[in-house]
Amino acid sequence: MSELVQVEDLVVRFGDVEAVRGVSFGVEAGESFGLLGPNGAGKTTTIRVLTTLLRPTAGRAFVAGHDVVRDGLAIRRILGYIPQAISIDGALTARENLEFYARVTDVPRRERRERIEDAVDAMGLGAFLDRLGRTLSGGMLRRLEIATALLNRPEILFLDEPTVGLDPTARRLVWERLEELREESGTTLLVTTHQMEEAERQCDRIAIMDHGQLAAQGTPAELCNEFGVETLDDVFTAATGRSLTEGGSFRDARRSRRLSRRLG
Amino acid sequence: MHAEAAGSRAGWAESVGELAAGLRRLRNGIAAMGWAELRKLRHDNLDIATRSVQPLLWLFIFGTALRRNRVLAGGFHDYRAYLAPGIMAQAALFIAIFFGLAVIWERDVGQLQRLLATPLPRLAIVLGKAVGAGIRALAQALVLLAVLAATGISIRWSVGGVLGALVLLVLATGGFACLSMILASLVRTRERFMGIGQMVMMPLFFASSALYPLSIMPGWLRVVAHGNPLTYEVHGMRQLLLGVSTGGTLWVDFLFVGVFLAVAAMIAAKTYPRAIL
Repeated sequence: MSELVQVEDLVVRFGDVEAVRGVSFGVEAGESFGLLGPNGAGKTTTIRVLTTLLRPTAGRAFVAGHDVVRDGLAIRRILGYIPQAISIDGALTARENLEFYARVTDVPRRERRERIEDAVDAMGLGAFLDRLGRTLSGGMLRRLEIATALLNRPEILFLDEPTVGLDPTARRLVWERLEELREESGTTLLVTTHQMEEAERQCDRIAIMDHGQLAAQGTPAELCNEFGVETLDDVFTAATGRSLTEGGSFRDARRSRRLSRRLG
Repeated sequence: MHAEAAGSRAGWAESVGELAAGLRRLRNGIAAMGWAELRKLRHDNLDIATRSVQPLLWLFIFGTALRRNRVLAGGFHDYRAYLAPGIMAQAALFIAIFFGLAVIWERDVGQLQRLLATPLPRLAIVLGKAVGAGIRALAQALVLLAVLAATGISIRWSVGGVLGALVLLVLATGGFACLSMILASLVRTRERFMGIGQMVMMPLFFASSALYPLSIMPGWLRVVAHGNPLTYEVHGMRQLLLGVSTGGTLWVDFLFVGVFLAVAAMIAAKTYPRAIL
């Protein structure tokens, strides 16, 4: 079986709120899988279960054959996770951030220098290694974050809204680097986004999520065929019966604005 | 039966191996977080200078005004010298309590979420933060000690005494940083934390031996102060820095502060993921 991620009837409840309501999907090793949907659809919650930050209320999930509840440590050793919020320490330089993450992700001391160099090359960071994190632009920060997540040579990268708040150039650069990474290392990507065009271009397969449930899944072409429409935006409308409007709570809005202000 | 014994021996060896790997991660994680804190201090050493203003005001305005007060000084001849360890501990307490605020801050930023998804044990993340607070407190204490030396306030300068006092200060500051992380996981918003932080910090400060000896307190307050880790921290530091006991026993001070750190760290390791998810 070449499925790296398996999610079976996943349910996550916070008090009375059911954030994820019975979701099942699989991600093949080496593919780029997109989890699409508006804010509040349950994408981030799903990623947090897979990265072992949250326990499922019901259902099961496996990464590389390891159960997220029982073998959390085994999973944390082989994943790279880039949350939506900034995970770089602004008071440290880019190089110090890399050094820090090498230390905390079990990279053997002897290999640190080489792994850091590799990650710096892969993400094109050479020019600003000695600048403090807080002086970096949004695109540089994202690439630095991805670099810090590559140091343990992960089998799978979880990227939560990796291009939110970035201008089109920075966005393209992030995707180019991720493409190269996939070609060279065969790293599996699981990406969440609410940008339909981006998903259409960058993902091999897509699952559309809405109100905690999967509305549809397949390759972008399959989905367009299935619903007899031209674009993924239309697929979303056809699958959920509404358009991809701005959803989300006060907290989501506050967070994404703060994020784009910091990234700006 | 033989196979069974071998199997259980292998299982035992495996769990010992896991334990060793866990301890190694604990040590590496704490070391990495301490290292990062030192680096940050090096990039921003103005922080220590600005934070030193308040303790210096306590020492030189409050302390000087009451300089000749033998009652407040518990019989010691110079109230400023008596006050100095209390003020060092108080400055460290401020640093520690506001580490919880940083945890709430970092929830909007993704650092701690990232750390939770690494192989680091949760205790390593909490103790790493505690060490970070301890390092800041240490830098702050060194500044205050330098000021004491420069102004000739009469404390007893012995290597063992100063080192011992700094160790006690770092342990207690780590404990208060953990306490602050527990509070952060309970209140979860910055605005409310500001209020709760004050509500916890000021009683800790006044119901301790930081400003005055327990002997002048009314009975009920003395009981409260005896449950306050800050009291033991200040007792111990005073004995080590002044060379006279002001009503405590040194090993009890270390024991109380050590147990406080251990308990607070364990509770924080359980509760703080709530604060950042």
